Amino acid sequence: MLTLDNVSVSYGAIEALTGINLHVEKGEVVTLIGANGAGKTTTLRTITGLLDPIAGRVVYEGNEIQGVPTHKLVSRGIAMSPEGRGVFANLSVRENLEMGAYIRKDKKAIASDMERGFELFPRLKEREAQKAGTLSGGEQQMLAMARALMSKPRLLLLDEPSLGLAPLVVHTIFEAIERIRQEGATILLVEQNANAALHHSDRAYVLETGRIVMEGDSKQLAQDPRVKEAYLGE
Amino acid sequence: MDTFVQQLINGLTIGSIYALIALGYTMVYGILRLINFAHGDIYMLGAYAGFIIATSMGFAANPSAIGFAVTLVGSMAIAAAVGMAIERFAYRPVRKYSKMTTLITAIGMSLFIEYLFVFIFSGTPRSFPQLLPNENITLFGNATISTSQILIFVVSMLLMFLLQWIIYKTKIGKAMRAVSFNLNSAKLMGINTNFVIAFTFALGSALAAAGGVLTAQYNPKIEPLMGIMTGLKAFVAAVLGGIGNIPGAVLGGLLIGAAETLVVGYGGYIGVPSTFRDAVAFAILILVLLLRPAGLLGSNVQEKV
Repeated sequence: MLTLDNVSVSYGAIEALTGINLHVEKGEVVTLIGANGAGKTTTLRTITGLLDPIAGRVVYEGNEIQGVPTHKLVSRGIAMSPEGRGVFANLSVRENLEMGAYIRKDKKAIASDMERGFELFPRLKEREAQKAGTLSGGEQQMLAMARALMSKPRLLLLDEPSLGLAPLVVHTIFEAIERIRQEGATILLVEQNANAALHHSDRAYVLETGRIVMEGDSKQLAQDPRVKEAYLGE
Repeated sequence: MDTFVQQLINGLTIGSIYALIALGYTMVYGILRLINFAHGDIYMLGAYAGFIIATSMGFAANPSAIGFAVTLVGSMAIAAAVGMAIERFAYRPVRKYSKMTTLITAIGMSLFIEYLFVFIFSGTPRSFPQLLPNENITLFGNATISTSQILIFVVSMLLMFLLQWIIYKTKIGKAMRAVSFNLNSAKLMGINTNFVIAFTFALGSALAAAGGVLTAQYNPKIEPLMGIMTGLKAFVAAVLGGIGNIPGAVLGGLLIGAAETLVVGYGGYIGVPSTFRDAVAFAILILVLLLRPAGLLGSNVQEKV
């Protein structure tokens, strides 16, 4: 469904990604783990067109998409819950979800999808009319994920959904990811919380200073001594 | 008392015009963090567009509500198109560079429009035709209000409510607020942010043009440099209200208008001659920057459109 073929990205003179190769197949949950600054967020920003690669190809559903403006990729089925959540603090929870459905015109289906979002995260229903800026970090993360789902994406990108959240909230977030996964979604999950990410995914890539250093089945990687030492704190 | 009421009426009349123009400054700032210095010249362009429509279609000879409405809406449409063109061809190409680059482009654009109009229409003032019958209505004592003042109030209030409705109730309005808060997040929603930015320029320019046509019904002298001082005062109004804040722009406009005419009416008692009327806005600007830089309604978490 998605293939990154030898993709390099740089910020000015600093190379952030060096010849990345990765692929995500339909129905898979793939995770990208790595330390701070390894290039995880850069990878997602490149897929969504917020950054342009200096080399390589990004192929989605058979078409090259590097250089396609971000807003057009949304209509082609890619949605992202960005790092730091990126909710519109000045808009209400409901309005944020409406923005998630910006490209859609089917009002009835939008309304029922909003109800599904509220069912996934009942806290959002309680906060429906509140400004998103008044929500807690965990609630903002729930909103960012629910909002990304509102465009009915075929490929969902999640950037650090557990970052900075209390353990209990992290649990809620991963439970939701698991539910979305059961419904057959295709997800590329970027995480620092390698333990949870490997537990809730099919395959994984390990990113170190802009290069992919390991890849494979998530369960096997979780047993790998190098991964255990560097990312699982064992 | 009569004088006070009279000055207040006059002040709120000018203030409504400042408010209409200030809205354009504040919306563009909210969305691009750009002070669009050419905005005052769009107000002038609106007055000229109205002048051409009114004279070429014969509305000048037969004052009528329809003639006024066509002139107003036509002028707003022309200004909206020009505003979008300025954004597209002057600001968008330099948006990726530093803020200073865009700011200097805006100053250049302002001078360009001013002297293009001097070139086309000469610097000689024109007299804008009266499109609706104008009468003075005596309120009490010596205080009067003219029908064109009432027109300015009513039309500006209607336009401001319309703007409020667009921004809070429509899909494009919500997208404007989303873009103003976080450009990249807005792109990730599938929002064509370039379109939203162009739309914001169109809205702001249309309001400024309405200000131009309305002013010309009250003070019919129009000339190519009329947007400089009015534009600067409207900018001060936007800063006073809290730049980026929509209700703030309206409040700031009305306050600047009132302050200006009160100085004309009463400044003499405290040794401020009425010739200082243009200085009032800038004295207020200095005070705001010293005492409350965020403006009256501005705060850290503000509604920035």
